[in-house]
Amino acid sequence: MDDQTIMLLIFVFIIAAFLGVELISKVPSQLHTPLMSGTNAISGITIVGAIAACAINMDNHALGVILGGIAILFATINVIGGYFVTDRMLSMFKKKEDKKK
Amino acid sequence: MDFIDIFCIILYMVASVLFIMGIKKLGKADTARKGNLMSSIGMGIAVISVLISQDVFDGGFFAYLIIILAIIAGSVIGFIWAKKVEMTGMPQLVALFNGFGGLSSMLVAISQYCALKGGSDAVGTDAFTSLTLGLTILIGAVAFTGSLIAWGKLAGLKMFKKNIVLPGKNFINAGITFVAVLGIIFYMIDPEGGLGLAGILITTIASLVLGVTLVITIGGGDMPVIISFLNALSGLAAAFAGFPIGNTVLIVSGCLVGASGVILTLIMCKAMNKSFASLLFKTVKKKASSATGEHKEPKALSVEDAFLILEAAKSVVIVPGYGMAVAQAQHAVKELCDVLEENGCEVNFAIHPVAGRMPGHMNVLLAEANVPYEQLKTSDEMNPQMPNVDIAIVIGANDVVNPAAINDESSPIYGMPIVNAYEARTVFVLKRGQGTGFSGIENPLFTNDNTVMIYGDAKQTVSQLVVEFEND
Repeated sequence: MDDQTIMLLIFVFIIAAFLGVELISKVPSQLHTPLMSGTNAISGITIVGAIAACAINMDNHALGVILGGIAILFATINVIGGYFVTDRMLSMFKKKEDKKK
Repeated sequence: MDFIDIFCIILYMVASVLFIMGIKKLGKADTARKGNLMSSIGMGIAVISVLISQDVFDGGFFAYLIIILAIIAGSVIGFIWAKKVEMTGMPQLVALFNGFGGLSSMLVAISQYCALKGGSDAVGTDAFTSLTLGLTILIGAVAFTGSLIAWGKLAGLKMFKKNIVLPGKNFINAGITFVAVLGIIFYMIDPEGGLGLAGILITTIASLVLGVTLVITIGGGDMPVIISFLNALSGLAAAFAGFPIGNTVLIVSGCLVGASGVILTLIMCKAMNKSFASLLFKTVKKKASSATGEHKEPKALSVEDAFLILEAAKSVVIVPGYGMAVAQAQHAVKELCDVLEENGCEVNFAIHPVAGRMPGHMNVLLAEANVPYEQLKTSDEMNPQMPNVDIAIVIGANDVVNPAAINDESSPIYGMPIVNAYEARTVFVLKRGQGTGFSGIENPLFTNDNTVMIYGDAKQTVSQLVVEFEND
């Protein structure tokens, strides 16, 4: 990897970190669990890395393919399970008026 | 750069924007569900984008077959799991999913290493690539085994029931961290040779052990902090997994998760008046000897008498804690809340940020029982009104209502912000039995003159109260 790419990736990393801090810092405490579970599902983005890793091993390295495949499996559980569970939790948060309808 | 590469990058941008907007919407009660949907669409787009990328296309038919099969299997397992879980089992499920994310990132890094060994040019041999690859293994592995231990503790597995004390745990953890970092340095020196292989193995094993030793000494009450922290780690691991293959969507979204996890961790620490460092590095002190020699007995009250007092109350505040979750009393509590309101009484809930075992745990349980979220107040909102409250009902909470945090400097929890339940005119404490709870700290609230104890299973006690109201 050349220096320019490295600096660019670090730049992206730092900006994303600050963006994350700004986004999250004022979340009401009642939403902490859904927020955690929702961001947890996002951390399953590693599925993208897993798919790429599995594919680049295809021609040369069987162990790499297997590990990549297992990584895809667990990342998918993290993603799908995480989103559905978050949705289930959020669907329970109701306002008073909604309840009476 | 050919067309397909550019197209993939555009899709990654769209996905990243959807994640950012999704997280923003997730932070407001009205839009949270939409936010979650947006971020899931972002995830779908990111997956489609990598599936059409040149790397995966070059992998050929078998690559697609394996990938699709793994995705289908994972989707089915994840979907069923998410639908079947009880709401009371939510903390351990979140912990487990989090561990899977960490495991996946760790495996991605090892698989990237395999690709390098196999002669693929997708992974470089420069120091930066090697460093980030090693760090992905380290962070992912700690998130994995750490979450597994947290899961075991939250699920109440027998082997984790006792608080485990590791003698000299700081030295142990520092030593293991040193070994793991040493492994990364080995790998950086010689990525393609035998030293590199040894480095990868050393880092993997040491990091897996580190996750265990780091979390195993942490007690149940500190779980909200450690879960938030592990969440941050799994995000960070995903971000680092993006560096070796120069994948920006991994870096952006992983980093967003990392940042949110760190903030939640800090919020939780503040709510407990602990520094994060003290939580990780300090050994839990044995029970502090009670400062006052005078020992009062708590007064017990029968359910019938409690009903008579409740019937006359005009305002009631319910303070739930982990005990409510254990007794699964949230639905009974909602019924009690309804009959009290019918009786012309104002009912609110005062929820401490660290009540329960994960951030916002009580809110989720009460929402499940259909308590409208306007009724769920934070301790900061409720405390100023507390002296005007007729009855505070403490259900399975202990440390978060312990006045020693305010007036006893020798108490281990001195300085921790609490729900000022003791200021209410009368305090009911629903408790399974006598004893000091998980933290082993004496609670002077129980022996206050205006406090009465109602012993027994919280769900039964609350249900009996509801019956009394209905028979009235």
